[in-house]
Amino acid sequence: MVSPDTPAIEISKLVSHYGDRKILHEIDMTVAQGEIMVIMGGSGSGKSTLLRHFLGLNRPTSGSVKLLGQDITRISAQEMFVLRRQMGVSFQGGALFNSMSVAENVALPLREHTKLDENTIQIMARMKLEVVNLNGFEDLMPSELSGGMLKRAALARAIALDPRLLFFDEPSAGLDPVASVELDELILNLQEAMGMSIVVVTHELESAFKIADRITVLDQGHILLTGTVAEVRGSDHPRIVSLLQRQPRHDEVDGDAYLQRLTRELT
Amino acid sequence: MLPSVAILQPSLVRTPLAAVDWVGRQTAKFGDEVGYASALLFESLYWLLLGYWRNQPVRVSAIFKEAVEVGVRAIPIVCIACFATGTMLAMQGIHTLRQFGADSQVVVGIAYSVSREFAPLITGIFVAGRSGSAVAARIGTMTVSQEIDALRVIGVNPVRYLVAPLLIALMFTMPCLTVLANLVAMLGGALYCLAALGMPLEVFFDRSFAALTTSDLLGGIYKSIAFAMLIAIIGAVNGFQVKSGAEGVGRATTRSVVLCIVSIILADMLVTGFLSR
Repeated sequence: MVSPDTPAIEISKLVSHYGDRKILHEIDMTVAQGEIMVIMGGSGSGKSTLLRHFLGLNRPTSGSVKLLGQDITRISAQEMFVLRRQMGVSFQGGALFNSMSVAENVALPLREHTKLDENTIQIMARMKLEVVNLNGFEDLMPSELSGGMLKRAALARAIALDPRLLFFDEPSAGLDPVASVELDELILNLQEAMGMSIVVVTHELESAFKIADRITVLDQGHILLTGTVAEVRGSDHPRIVSLLQRQPRHDEVDGDAYLQRLTRELT
Repeated sequence: MLPSVAILQPSLVRTPLAAVDWVGRQTAKFGDEVGYASALLFESLYWLLLGYWRNQPVRVSAIFKEAVEVGVRAIPIVCIACFATGTMLAMQGIHTLRQFGADSQVVVGIAYSVSREFAPLITGIFVAGRSGSAVAARIGTMTVSQEIDALRVIGVNPVRYLVAPLLIALMFTMPCLTVLANLVAMLGGALYCLAALGMPLEVFFDRSFAALTTSDLLGGIYKSIAFAMLIAIIGAVNGFQVKSGAEGVGRATTRSVVLCIVSIILADMLVTGFLSR
């Protein structure tokens, strides 16, 4: 198996394009095993794209993405399939399969990756739903759940195979403060109980500071800073300060460039 | 960024050069899409044949579920449409043939045109209307709500999970529906002949079965298999291409149905031309 010193995630010189637009500029980043890493940044900072690279959903232009020591840009489909057992993801909107009940959603990874019998799968799915306090809701359809319940059901599906890597896309988006705090608690408990490495992508400062071991601040495809909560709070980088104090950006306005943007493609 | 609005919209094309540009772009786009569709078809067939050994088994239960949805549930509408078509053919046939005093020959006309043409075509069009849209809407919605991403992250190939069962279900149920459509359309014709000409039902069916050969029926069956592939693949292509939002899903759904029906009619023409040589 993977030795404890191997980083859970290690990316180097990751470059990503969307069409002609460069989204990520040579990103380097490591997440140790058992660590909770929060990736913070405003809209358009490239944090969602970065997450898609972690999950193997996008192909990078160049650079490598190593999960548990394996470079997912190079390994075969078969090796990737085996690696998928070690990964769980909770998407922003939950992304539960709408045509299946909650329990069937949680059971799907078990069905695809194991040859367990039906009863065992049912029991395991119920166990995971217990972990996220959704016992008794297994027969409901996703459309019948509230926002907070959806996120918790998605979490139950993400941890169905007891993964070693857990990814969260905006866990608190669209939740009321109480539900949001409860979800944070749940993330911390999971990390403590199962020793997973967790990556959380968010723009919520409060929850970031509460759960993070380390924080990476991303801005326009560059990493501004990677450090502990205290280091991020103490940073005097103007962009980080404005992010923390919720101030609008005050970029210098370039008069010529502005005029050119307004008049381009007019003939 | 290259394309300005004027180039993309034909109504705004101002110069001949822009028109050529537009035609070129559309052709390239069409080529792209046909390529994507073929890739999707081959990938589905690949998973159907080899999925079991590649950790991506196409589950029998999923195939049956799709077969019920796209095949069994289509029985009533296909029956109604084909019954009406058979009756209509009898009316027109009798009206035309009466001018030659040969109205009882209508039986042969109905038997041929139904088995070679109308049964597969009507079935194809109605299944396209029901399932071509439903598939595009389902896959499109799943794309928008990140369910496709979730599938991939779990290690489930979306083509294997969503397209392959549908493809094989359609390829089995469409020929069955077509056989049923044949019988129902002929029943429609027979009942009208009974009413208009006083021709007993068994006489109608005896003469029909005497006139028809296996190749007439097989021609219709082959067509229906081709239509099944078109519906599954066009529906899936449009679904997977949805980029954003409810509007995108709506557009993909409409486009899917229209393309399905147009391509079915064109394919029908080609196959008929090929078979009747």
